[in-house]
Amino acid sequence: MDAMTADKGAFFRMEKINKYYQMGEEQAHILKDIDLSIDEGEYLSVLGPSGSGKSTLMNIIGCLDVPTSGQYTLRGRSVDELTEAELARLRSAEIGFVFQNSQLLPRLTAQKNVELPLIYAGVGPRERRRRARELLERVGLSDRMEHLPNQLSGGQQQRVAIARALAGNPTLLLADEPTGALDQKTGKQVMALFKALNDEGRTIIMITHDMNIAKNARRVVHIIDGELTEGGGTNDA
Amino acid sequence: MLRSIRSTFIMIGECFKMSLANILGNRARSFLTVLGILIGVAAVIALITTVNGFSGSLSSSFSSMGAGTLTVTVSGSDLKSGMTTADLDELTELDAVEGVTPSVSMNARVSRGGSYETGISVSGKNAYYFRQNEDLLTRGRALNITDEESMTFVCIISPDMVEEFFYGVDPIGESLYIDGIPFLVVGLMSEDGDSSIAGMMNGSPDILVPYTTAMKMNNTNVVTSFTAYLADGWNSETGAEALEAKLDGMFSYEDDCYEIMDMSSIEDTMQSMLSMVSALLAGIASIALVVGGIGIMNMMLTTVTERTVEIGLKKALGAIPWQIQMQFLIESFLLSIIGGAAGIALGLLLSLILSKVMGTSFVISTFAIALGAGFSAAVGIIFGWAPARKASKLNPIDALRSA
Ligand SMILES: Nc1ncnc2c1ncn2[C@@H]1O[C@H](COP(=O)(O)OP(=O)(O)OP(=O)(O)O)[C@@H](O)[C@H]1O
Ligand SMILES: [Mg+2]
Repeated sequence: MDAMTADKGAFFRMEKINKYYQMGEEQAHILKDIDLSIDEGEYLSVLGPSGSGKSTLMNIIGCLDVPTSGQYTLRGRSVDELTEAELARLRSAEIGFVFQNSQLLPRLTAQKNVELPLIYAGVGPRERRRRARELLERVGLSDRMEHLPNQLSGGQQQRVAIARALAGNPTLLLADEPTGALDQKTGKQVMALFKALNDEGRTIIMITHDMNIAKNARRVVHIIDGELTEGGGTNDA
Repeated sequence: MLRSIRSTFIMIGECFKMSLANILGNRARSFLTVLGILIGVAAVIALITTVNGFSGSLSSSFSSMGAGTLTVTVSGSDLKSGMTTADLDELTELDAVEGVTPSVSMNARVSRGGSYETGISVSGKNAYYFRQNEDLLTRGRALNITDEESMTFVCIISPDMVEEFFYGVDPIGESLYIDGIPFLVVGLMSEDGDSSIAGMMNGSPDILVPYTTAMKMNNTNVVTSFTAYLADGWNSETGAEALEAKLDGMFSYEDDCYEIMDMSSIEDTMQSMLSMVSALLAGIASIALVVGGIGIMNMMLTTVTERTVEIGLKKALGAIPWQIQMQFLIESFLLSIIGGAAGIALGLLLSLILSKVMGTSFVISTFAIALGAGFSAAVGIIFGWAPARKASKLNPIDALRSA
């Protein structure tokens, strides 16, 4: 936790980030001159319609993708200077992903899916198991640990994905439509969980197209057609 | 540092578990994939083990047959074209030599009644030959000194000849025409014929006659091939020296008039021929290993494509490229090693059966097993390398989007 306090302030900073995709002859401009900074411990929501570039932005924040141009600094380190292995270690240590479509491995049980990031972090089997069970309990799936993904409902799968994102005890939680497959009640539970995680000091970025969900964050930014606009603070419930 | 070694072990252990689950989860496909390796390793093992057993039997029969004999082939000089009967007697006088059996070969036309056969191999031998090969005769009598000295027209025939010319008749006491000359059949050879090395090398003759008679029929008074049996206390080296000293004198010290072969040099030649043949066969069998390796490579490439999402996800969750590479490498290694182990088992079973059929000894060769295991491990790693590398290079975004 030393790093957290020492680096209190900018968790990451994006300056003039652009992302183009080559589509045959033409270049699609997906992210346009994005400036975005986020502090340690913030709870940000990125709100925008489908196809606006939300997932693309999340992938860049999570160091899965690189911008075509612009400067991206994460915890004081310029991301484009890092090797692939260093990026992998960074993801493993700092970032937890909840992907838009859960992305669980179909042949692994819920518990094994949650353990997955810990394998690559080199955590021993007993500790992995302990952490996985603890997290599954936390997302309300203590009775579904040995189930395979196809034996779980969409909402349950999404909660397994959240538990997996938390397995490595990341400082930054990146969630892409985490409530997309949830009913209102479980959606509320997940939002409560996110709030609790944020209260513990974890930085959260939640991507959504739903205004009502976005409201749960302390800060909302809008993204439309690849352009980012600050949406100001929300109710600090 | 210690921590990172530990985490590496944990990761590799996990890779083994996952790979095994993948292989077992796809049993039919895995089996077909390793079939090439299995067949290749089985063939190599069976070959090496069988050839080993065969060469073991060869050396033991060589040592039982060939101990203490020297085979001499005489090419002669202008003055002296071969060995006369008197020369052979002189050799027998040597301390080193217990006895000599000349060998006079010819191909003859053999007939009896209305039937005849050409190209029959007839060999002239002496009485001493029969004393050295006691199992040769099944019935009747051997050639004796009188036959040698008086050049009698008697013969001893092989079971083939009995079948050919004496169907339903007892051949002993009957006559057989060799190149038109009537010979009295006095004895019958056993099925195995001449089991001495010289016999093996020349192919067993069908008819044995007194060598003096054969010389006369060949219109010659010299012998160009004979075997010397060494007396007790002489080995092939000292015996050959003594023989050389005598023969050099007989041929007036001219070079290249004769050649002495001892059994061990013949055995060496045969063994080296055998190992050349086995190396050749093993080379052919190892093509199966390469084909098997390509099968594994193909399967691994397919697997990598099928599991794009899994790979992308693992990378997103913090797997370093080499960890992904390791996982696929371990999978192809395991696949290949499993095929190799099955191949070793099958190969040993095959060679056990072969050794029973051929009557050779069955010796498990640790070299062959190590070779099979080493080969399959190497094939798994070499042919798994490219697919594993491809997996490790996948871009996580593309991988995840393809879901
Ligand atoms: N690899 C790619 N090649 C070309 N175009 C791409 C690629 N990836 C994304 N895009 C395009 O970029 C745009 C933004 O995609 P993105 O996935 O970021 O949208 P999003 O805001 O997450 O939408 P949604 O809410 O539907 O998930 C889309 O129009 C998409 O077609
Ligand atoms: Mg999206």
